Amino acid sequence: MSDLLQYLVAGLSLGSIYALICLGFVIIYRATGVVNFAQGGLVLLGAYLTHQLAGVWHLPFLLAMGIAALVMAGVGLLIERLILRRMVGQPVFASILITLGLLYVLEQICTTIWGYDLVMLGDSWGVRTVTLGALVVKVADLWTLATSAAALLAFFLMFRFTTVGIAMRAAASDPEAALAHGVSPRVVQGVAWAVAGVLAVLAGVFIAAGPRGIDLTVGLVSLRAFPAAILGGLDSTEGAVAGGLTVGLAEVLSAAYITPNAPWLGANVHTVMPYLLMIVVLMVKPYGLFGTAEVRRA
Amino acid sequence: MKLRLPNTRLTTEYVQDTALFRSWTARTGIALCALAWLVAPLVLPEYWATVLVYAGIAAIGALGLNLLTGFTGQVSLGHAAFYGIGAYSAAVFAERFGLPFPFWLIAAAAVGGMVGGLTGPFALRLRGNYLVIVSLGLLVLGQHVFENWTSVTGGLTGRTVRAPVVLGPFNAGSLVLFGTRLTRSQGYLYFVWAVVTVLALAARNIVRTRPGRALQAIRDRDLAAEVIGVSQVHYKVGAFVVSSGYAACAGAIYASYARFVSPLDFSLFLSIQFTAMIVVGGIGTIHGSILGALFLTLLPRAIESVSGSLPFVSQDGSGAGLTVQSLNQAMFGLLIICFLLFEPLGIAEVWRRIARYFKAWPFTY
Repeated sequence: MSDLLQYLVAGLSLGSIYALICLGFVIIYRATGVVNFAQGGLVLLGAYLTHQLAGVWHLPFLLAMGIAALVMAGVGLLIERLILRRMVGQPVFASILITLGLLYVLEQICTTIWGYDLVMLGDSWGVRTVTLGALVVKVADLWTLATSAAALLAFFLMFRFTTVGIAMRAAASDPEAALAHGVSPRVVQGVAWAVAGVLAVLAGVFIAAGPRGIDLTVGLVSLRAFPAAILGGLDSTEGAVAGGLTVGLAEVLSAAYITPNAPWLGANVHTVMPYLLMIVVLMVKPYGLFGTAEVRRA
Repeated sequence: MKLRLPNTRLTTEYVQDTALFRSWTARTGIALCALAWLVAPLVLPEYWATVLVYAGIAAIGALGLNLLTGFTGQVSLGHAAFYGIGAYSAAVFAERFGLPFPFWLIAAAAVGGMVGGLTGPFALRLRGNYLVIVSLGLLVLGQHVFENWTSVTGGLTGRTVRAPVVLGPFNAGSLVLFGTRLTRSQGYLYFVWAVVTVLALAARNIVRTRPGRALQAIRDRDLAAEVIGVSQVHYKVGAFVVSSGYAACAGAIYASYARFVSPLDFSLFLSIQFTAMIVVGGIGTIHGSILGALFLTLLPRAIESVSGSLPFVSQDGSGAGLTVQSLNQAMFGLLIICFLLFEPLGIAEVWRRIARYFKAWPFTY
């Protein structure tokens, strides 16, 4: 029983990391209608920047995260301004391919600067744990859960109460009508990319926290967040959270219960579990659990 | 899309529009290529012959992906998985079942096509972004199978493949021509590019006839296509079958030539390479797929051969610094971005523009 609880906490913690990455997908998808494959690259860059500031230059960890978030917001803006803005009105698949290209460029920028070897993030949590009753929980996991919850709350408040948030919702639901009401699509897209950059730092830091460290596989974790985003529906914030948590739990639980009982499925069956789950759900609901079905006209 | 200037060639008949080679430049081009195919293996040094064999294999895969992405508008990241299925099928059919040459190739392509057909339901149910990510999921599942079905694939350590290309007196592994024995790469160079020619003609024939028009109608607006009587079940699934068949054929030849395959050969990066090839070469053109495959296979080798004199490229393989491999990977990404931004129709369009300029010369239009 306590084992199961332990797995549930681990699953939720992993799931909230996925949820953070998914929010990055969702915000860009809602602003531009494009799935951002480069988010994995942003996550990687965000983690390495934090490592550089906190681990190498020994800044206080939270300050380092803050600076990294600012820089990554700038990187997001730059990508939008230099590349994605030119793709407005082009076929969607062209934009998808561009973000895929960006993923490889960002990855190689990271390996060029920081190399292929595992480096430590330099976070203040390390391997410390706290004991809650029968549970032993990593401090980093608690921070992950708390920060994701805070980020999600901030999201809901932003979309509901701020002018930018409402403009983004308007632009997502009807770009032309939003334009007619004075919503600037450039501002909306720029904000979306900047926010995605900030989210990437959070996700990157929590993936790499503690004993895990940073190498190229941090970016690959974000590839596993795609099924989560799809599961929830690409345009839905609550879907991102639900999908992220589901996928996180599925991954941890299948590592705990399927691998020992069915070794013939392969040792790393938990890494394909998110994709299996996604494929099954999409066959039943092609726009995810919470996504909006697209209206098509001939 | 950019404004497309009308072609200087005037077509007045439908037959002209669907001709196999539409202009005399195309026909001379083909003749020159045929000549190059005959001569190149005999004069090229061993290293470049090897590179061109891989370029030919890539061209087959790119042709398949262009049929799917360029002509049917279905973006797929799963191409590498079908390539892998082809490679392992070739190994199984040639080694375990002992099939002779043309049969293991055909069987491998058929297996790839069948598995491609199984992905049909996804293509019918999902569109755009959702389909891309599901195809990514299929690639991940494929890789998982490659890594864990050790009795067939040898697991992560890979396996050797013995699938010789021998047909009567023709043996690509040691071809004897005018009394001289050619090297393995030279023999395969003849063989691979012959296959490329056959498959390119087949693709051209698909594209210029009814099925091709149907595919393009689906690409341009699938609902409208359905309304005028293009069956999506038929043609979308068909496109997946043919495209994965091409990929599997490329994979089978790769396995036969390389004699060793491991799951690492069939990663997401391979899918990205195929995508880059059709984007750079020209989306929705047959010769563009081949041009793109040639360009992107030769480019990394060219970078490698000059990397010694590039000051910013570090020679040591570990640690930080820009290595040749990093430079190549980043180059694929950059090329995709730059071509989509500045030349979305690829090298094929550059070629067309140059040809048009000279046809109209000295007038600008």
